[in-house]
Amino acid sequence: MLLTYYFWIKAVKSGSIMWSASCALAYFYMVSSWGGYVFLINLIPLHVLALMFTGHFSHRVYVAYSTVYILGTILSMQIPFVGFQPVQSSEHMLAFGTFGLCQLFSFIEYVKSKLTKTQFDTLFSFALVTVGFAAAGAGVVLWASGKIAPWTGRFYALLDPSYAKNHIPIIASVSEHQPTAWSSFFFDFELLVFMFPVGIYYCFKELTDANIFIIMYGMTSIYFAGVMVRLMLVLAPVMCVLSGIGISSVLTTYMRNLDVNQLKKSVTSTAQSSTRARRNDDSSSYPRKNEIAFGVVCMMTFFLMTYVFHCTWVTSEAYSSPSIVLSARSGDGSRYIFDDFREAYWWLRYNTDEDAKVMSWWDYGYQITAMANRTILVDNNTWNNTHISRVGQAMSSTEDKAYEIMRELDVDYVLVIFGGLIGYSSDDINKFLWMVRIGGSTEKGAHIKESDYFTPQGEFRVDKSGSPTLLNCLMYKLSYYRFGETYTEQDKPPGYDRTRSVEIGNKNFELEKLEEAYTTEHWLVRI
Amino acid sequence: MSQIGEVAGILRKLYDEYRTTTPKKLKLIDAYLVYVMLTGIIQFAYCLLVGTFPFNSFLSGFISTVGCFVLAASLRIQLNKANRSTFNVTPERAFADFVFAHIILHLVVMNFIG
Repeated sequence: MLLTYYFWIKAVKSGSIMWSASCALAYFYMVSSWGGYVFLINLIPLHVLALMFTGHFSHRVYVAYSTVYILGTILSMQIPFVGFQPVQSSEHMLAFGTFGLCQLFSFIEYVKSKLTKTQFDTLFSFALVTVGFAAAGAGVVLWASGKIAPWTGRFYALLDPSYAKNHIPIIASVSEHQPTAWSSFFFDFELLVFMFPVGIYYCFKELTDANIFIIMYGMTSIYFAGVMVRLMLVLAPVMCVLSGIGISSVLTTYMRNLDVNQLKKSVTSTAQSSTRARRNDDSSSYPRKNEIAFGVVCMMTFFLMTYVFHCTWVTSEAYSSPSIVLSARSGDGSRYIFDDFREAYWWLRYNTDEDAKVMSWWDYGYQITAMANRTILVDNNTWNNTHISRVGQAMSSTEDKAYEIMRELDVDYVLVIFGGLIGYSSDDINKFLWMVRIGGSTEKGAHIKESDYFTPQGEFRVDKSGSPTLLNCLMYKLSYYRFGETYTEQDKPPGYDRTRSVEIGNKNFELEKLEEAYTTEHWLVRI
Repeated sequence: MSQIGEVAGILRKLYDEYRTTTPKKLKLIDAYLVYVMLTGIIQFAYCLLVGTFPFNSFLSGFISTVGCFVLAASLRIQLNKANRSTFNVTPERAFADFVFAHIILHLVVMNFIG
């Protein structure tokens, strides 16, 4: 993404076709790696439109954008997932429209240079009437006949954040899609949060083509980062760039006023006021210029040093631990490792048939595929909503109904994550409501209603007062099988769930259609 | 309708001025541009009349014509002496870039045409 933007800026600045072609190649690489390429293919046309509105549209921009658009579009259509979307879906229409506008603009400029003003005006108004009507008519026909598809759910949810919650539970269920708390901005960026507006101010002071681009990139990405936590990664580079501009402008302004000789002289001798009068820089004069400059530079240095400490601490604490091996500190301070995930995946790899199929929730799909090397039903790509919904229906139904669904899907093993023995809070029972919502969101699962799994008072409980539908569904039975006889904590009854802090309601039941194959050491993974 | 007469007069004047002021090199590129545009129009008309069955082939061919048009137009802009101030590329560099972009364009078109 950054490479594409770098080449784009180079192309706009130089107007050379080579940089534009390189930009298209970098864009191709971006399309092949992430669905976020839609951001690029909308930001670049937005930039071109902004240049048109501010009067910066030049031949360089025409050359750059036309080359990038044409080469980029045909390259992006080579990726099977994208297919023909660049000419059919609404997300790409802005780029297409801007391309047409570019051609029109340049042609009008060319004709204008050949005619006098009055002649040009008559020709222009004539052309506007005839061609304009034809184009508008064609556009309306295409839109009304549905040839141009509206914005798809994934991206529409960015413009209208409540859309996913109301209509598409699988998008709403991903924790990375939640709106960002302001504290995560500070946690990830610290000083940059304050230097970002400073950088924007300095960009506005000198509006070149590249500065307009950076301003737009900053504004759009900060909006999107506010809507969805995972888009912080789109914001991070531009935060760094703009803060860098801010910090370096501040430092340059104040360093200019700093005169090291002046400081040395004022230390060694006292009567040096004449040197101050002979300074010939043109910054506005105010008393004690030197001292204030020195103070500001020291303050900036202090901020930068604390920023480095903060970043190294955050990286080591929050972004360095693998999420597949858990650790905790035991009573005497030593580290205790929970390696249950890998234990279960290795068991699957070496103790099951090569073509066995495993049913689990989609969160663990990629892990099972990579480490256990077995076929799974649904994975993190979450591409097939109906299929995931079917798995959700199986998890939410009673054992008999679930058995029918599992026979239909040809499942050999079911894998669940259970945190009740050690108090792990990201287990499948805590995610269970999302399975119910997603299971109930398609046609075959219409009988699954979320309210059935709550108590009459509307609470989600797994103890004696929990709803009978919940206490008899497959997920409950698979998680709590044989848990009723297990002691988890001192002076608590057997079957005490440490994550939910209650004693479970349905103990001592037998599984009729399934059989326990393997449970890991701390009962984290049950197969 | 006097307006149409006026417009026709302006167009004729435009054409005369074009013939006299444009250097030969640029006229050559302009002829190529017209040819490419005609090819594109023919392809599009075929698509409208006969249908879009091998859609990827249609897209590939059409984008090839649009791409050639755009690249040649960019080359023309860069070679035009009047625009020397906005670009800092020599004519040789402009032509080399043109060839580079064309290689990429045709490789992709060959792959896409199916």
